[in-house]
Amino acid sequence: MHTPTSTRAATGAVYKMPQEHYLNSTYGIRSWLLTTDHKRIALLYLLSVTFFFFVGGMFATIIRIHLMTPQGFLVTPETYNKLFTMHGVAMIFFFLIPSIPAVLGNFALPLMIGAKDLAFPKINLLSWYLYILGGCFVLYSFSTGGLDTGWTFYTPLSSVYSNSAVTPAVLGIFINGFSSILTGLNFVVTVHTMRAPGMTWFRLPLFVWAQYATSIIFILGTPVIAITLLLVGLERMFHLGFFNPALGGDPILFQHLFWFYSHPAVYIMILPAMGVISEIIPTFARKPIFGYSFIAGSSIAIAVIGFFVWAHHMFLTGESVYAALAFSFLSYLVAIPSAVKVFNWTSTLYQGSISWDTPMLYGLGFIGLFLIGGLTGLFLACLGLDIHIHDTYFVVAHFHYIMVGGAVMGYLGGIHFWWPKISGRLYPEYLARVSAIILFTGFNLTFFPQFILGYLGMPRRYHSYPPEFQVLNVMSTAGASILALGYLLPMMYLVWSLKYGTVAGPNPWPATGLEWKTDSPPPTENFLVTPEVTWEPYDFETRPDLELDHIVAGKLPAPAHGDD
Amino acid sequence: MQAQFPLIPEQASNFAPAVDLLMLFIVVICLFFAVAITAAVVYFFFKYERKHQTEIGVPIHGDSRLETAWIVVPLVLAMAMFAWGAVVYVDYRHSPGDTLDIYVVGKQWMWKVQQPNGLKEINEIHLPVDRDVRLIMASEDVIHDFSVPAFRVKMDVVPGHYNTMWFRPTKAGHYRLYCSQYCGTNHAIMTGWITVMEQGDYAAWLSGAAGAEGNPLVAGEKLFAEKACITCHLSDGKGRAPSLNGLYGGKVLLADGITVTADDAYIRESILQPNAKIVAGYQPLMPSFQGQLTEEQIIALTAYIKSLQNEPPPPTGVGTAPPSGKK
Repeated sequence: MHTPTSTRAATGAVYKMPQEHYLNSTYGIRSWLLTTDHKRIALLYLLSVTFFFFVGGMFATIIRIHLMTPQGFLVTPETYNKLFTMHGVAMIFFFLIPSIPAVLGNFALPLMIGAKDLAFPKINLLSWYLYILGGCFVLYSFSTGGLDTGWTFYTPLSSVYSNSAVTPAVLGIFINGFSSILTGLNFVVTVHTMRAPGMTWFRLPLFVWAQYATSIIFILGTPVIAITLLLVGLERMFHLGFFNPALGGDPILFQHLFWFYSHPAVYIMILPAMGVISEIIPTFARKPIFGYSFIAGSSIAIAVIGFFVWAHHMFLTGESVYAALAFSFLSYLVAIPSAVKVFNWTSTLYQGSISWDTPMLYGLGFIGLFLIGGLTGLFLACLGLDIHIHDTYFVVAHFHYIMVGGAVMGYLGGIHFWWPKISGRLYPEYLARVSAIILFTGFNLTFFPQFILGYLGMPRRYHSYPPEFQVLNVMSTAGASILALGYLLPMMYLVWSLKYGTVAGPNPWPATGLEWKTDSPPPTENFLVTPEVTWEPYDFETRPDLELDHIVAGKLPAPAHGDD
Repeated sequence: MQAQFPLIPEQASNFAPAVDLLMLFIVVICLFFAVAITAAVVYFFFKYERKHQTEIGVPIHGDSRLETAWIVVPLVLAMAMFAWGAVVYVDYRHSPGDTLDIYVVGKQWMWKVQQPNGLKEINEIHLPVDRDVRLIMASEDVIHDFSVPAFRVKMDVVPGHYNTMWFRPTKAGHYRLYCSQYCGTNHAIMTGWITVMEQGDYAAWLSGAAGAEGNPLVAGEKLFAEKACITCHLSDGKGRAPSLNGLYGGKVLLADGITVTADDAYIRESILQPNAKIVAGYQPLMPSFQGQLTEEQIIALTAYIKSLQNEPPPPTGVGTAPPSGKK
C-alpha cells in the first residue's frame, strides 16, 4: 500500500495493534454517549467540531463565490449578511474555541502528565453535552430565519433592529460558555493535582502550559460574554434598556463588555496552537526546545496582558483619547511575548536533526503564517494607522492569518502529530505532506490579497463593492478553492487510515512525552503502571528508550553550550 | 484613477501623507523581521535536515543574552510605532479652531448631510479644498461609520452621541465615501461621494444651490417656539431657565461647581437629558425631549442657539461663571 517513511523505518520494527484499548474496550452507542473516558470525549468533540467546521466552511464558500463580481451575483444582501454572521458564529464559538482544548487537550493532556483521566470525568462529559445543547440552539437560529447581526452582535442593531433569530443564537452561545468554563476548571485542577511522580511544573510539556494559560482565560473571561449576550437577549425580549440609547442605554457599553471577553478569546484560539507547535518543533528537530521557561512564561504573560487590551477594537467609537493611548500601548506590550515564542522556535531549529514529517510542515507553516498575522497586528494596534484600516479587509486578512493560518494550522498539525496515538495507525505520509503544502499555498492566495484590499479602503461585510476591487477579490476566491481542497484531503485520508493505515506502534516519531510511553491507542486507564518522570522535557540525550544512536547532528567536535 | 493596480488609495487630505508614511515605517520594520525569520527557518530546514535516521540535534537549552535581546529590541521598535501612531491620532482627534462645520446624520441606509447654510445633501458632500472641515455626526438608529479612504479618515457614528472628525481636503476631486461599520441589510450600499471643489467653486455652488427651504435657522427658530423652549429660556436671563444668548462656545458653571464648554454635544445632551448637567443657580425643571426630536431637528435647534451668539449678551456676561447656560 504505502511505504513507511524514513523516520518510522528507524527501528525497523513491525507493530501490531494492542489487544485491548480505549476504542474497543466496550461497544455500543451507550458506551460512547455515557463515557467518562477523556479520550472518548475528545473523539466526541472531534466529530462535533468537525461538523461545525464544515458548516462554517460551507458558508465561507458561498461568500467567496458571491464576491467574484462587484455586484455579487449569488445571494441577496439579506442572505449575504446571514452567511458571514453564521460563518463567524459557527467558526469562532463552535469550532476555533473548543477545537484544540476540547479535542487535543482532552485527549492528550492527561496522558502528557501521566494521569489516568481528568480530575472530573463526569463534568468533562457534561461539558460536551452543554456544547451540543448550545450548538442545537445556534443551529435552530440558523435554520429558522438565520442570524444577521455579525458575530460581534453590536447593539442596538442586534438588540433592537435585527429581524433575525438573535435570541436563540445568544442563548446557544450563553449555554456553550459553560462548556468552556467547565473544561477550563477541569484542566486547571488536573494540572495542579494529578501530575505523575517526577512531573514537576518545569518538566511539563509546553502544550500543557499553553492549555493551563488558556484555561485561565476560559474561567475568567467566558462568564462575561455569557452574561453580556444574555443582556442582549433580555433587551430584545423585554425591552430592558441596557444598550439601546432610546431606552437610556449605551451601545458602547456593549462593545466594552463584548471585547473584554472576545479579545482574550483570540488568545484562547492561538495559545493552544502555540502549545502544539512547541511540541512539534523539538520532536522533529530532535533537541530540547530553546528557552523553555521563556516559552512557558510567555503563555502566561499573553493570558494576563491579553485581558487589558480590549478597547483597541474601539479606537474610533469616540472613546477618550487617553483610553485609546493606554490601550494602544498595552496592545504593543502583548505583542512581545508572541515575538519571544517565534524567536525561540526558530532558534530551536538551529543545529537540529530536522525531519520533514507532516506535523513539522504544519509547524513550519504555522510560523510563517502566524508571523504575518502577528506582524500585521502591529499595524492595527497603531492608533494613527487604525484610523484608516479599521473595519476594512485589512482586519479580515489579519485575523484570518491568526485564526486560520495560526490556530487551524496548529490544530491540524496537532491532529497529525497525535493521530497515531489517537487511532493507533499512520496516515499516508506523502499525501499528507502534499496536502499541507496545498493548504499553505491556498491560504496565502486567499488572504494576502485582502491586506491590499483593506489598505485600498474596501470595508468588510459588504455584499457588493466598487469595480476597482474585483481583481483582488477574484484572486482571493481562487485561493479559497485551493484552500478547500487542503481541508478536504486530510478529512479523507485520515478516515481512510483508520482501517488501512500502517500500525503505528507506541512511539512512531519518536517523541519524548509521557503520552508516547503507552500503547497506541492507549488502554482506557492510559497507563497500566503509573509512570515516573526522571528526565527533563524534550531531552533526547538521556533517553535510551527512544532507541536513537546519539549521532549528534552537524559533525561538530563537541556539543555547543549556551550561545551559538 | 491612478495606476492599473494601485497599492494605496489616492492621497487627498492632510492626513493621507502622514498615515502613508507611518504605514511605510511599520511595513519596513515588519518586512525586515518577516524576511529574516522566514529565511532563517528555511535555511535551518535545509542545512540541518536529518542525515542519519537515528541522529539527534545538538542539545542547546537557551541563552539568556539572546532572550534579553529579543525582548528589548522588539519592545523599543514597538514603542516607536506606538509613539508615532499616537502623534497622528492625537492630531486627528483634536480639531483645529476655525473649521467649516458640516452636520452628518447616518440612518439605515443613507447619509444625510447639512451644509453650514442649511443646504441638504444625501449620500454626497461638497467641500472646499484646503479648508479645515469638521463633521459633527449623529445616528438615528444603529451604529454607522463614516469612512473616506482617500482622506485616510473614519469615525463611528453612534446613536445617542455626537462624534466629530476633522480633515483638510488637499486635492479637488471625487472620492468614495463608505459606511464601514456593519449596520444591517443594505450596509454595502450606504455609500456615496465626496466632491472636493476649488474654494471659489464651492462658494458659488453653495450660494447657487442654497434654497431657503432648508435653512436650519428658520427651522430651529420655529422649533424653539413650538416646543415651548422660549417660555423659560428668556433672552434677558430673567426666565425660569438661563438665557441662551451667547451660550455657544462659552463656559458654563454647573451646580456641582464644575465648568463645562457649551459645544454641540453639551447642547444636545441638555435637550435630551436636561438633568445630566444643571446650571448653577437654576432648578432642574426642564422635561426631557428624548424621543420627541429627530437628529435633524436637534441640529436645527443647535444651529438656532448658535446664532444667538450675535445678540446682546445676558446681563451677567458672556456665559462665564454665574447663571448663564442652561435649563
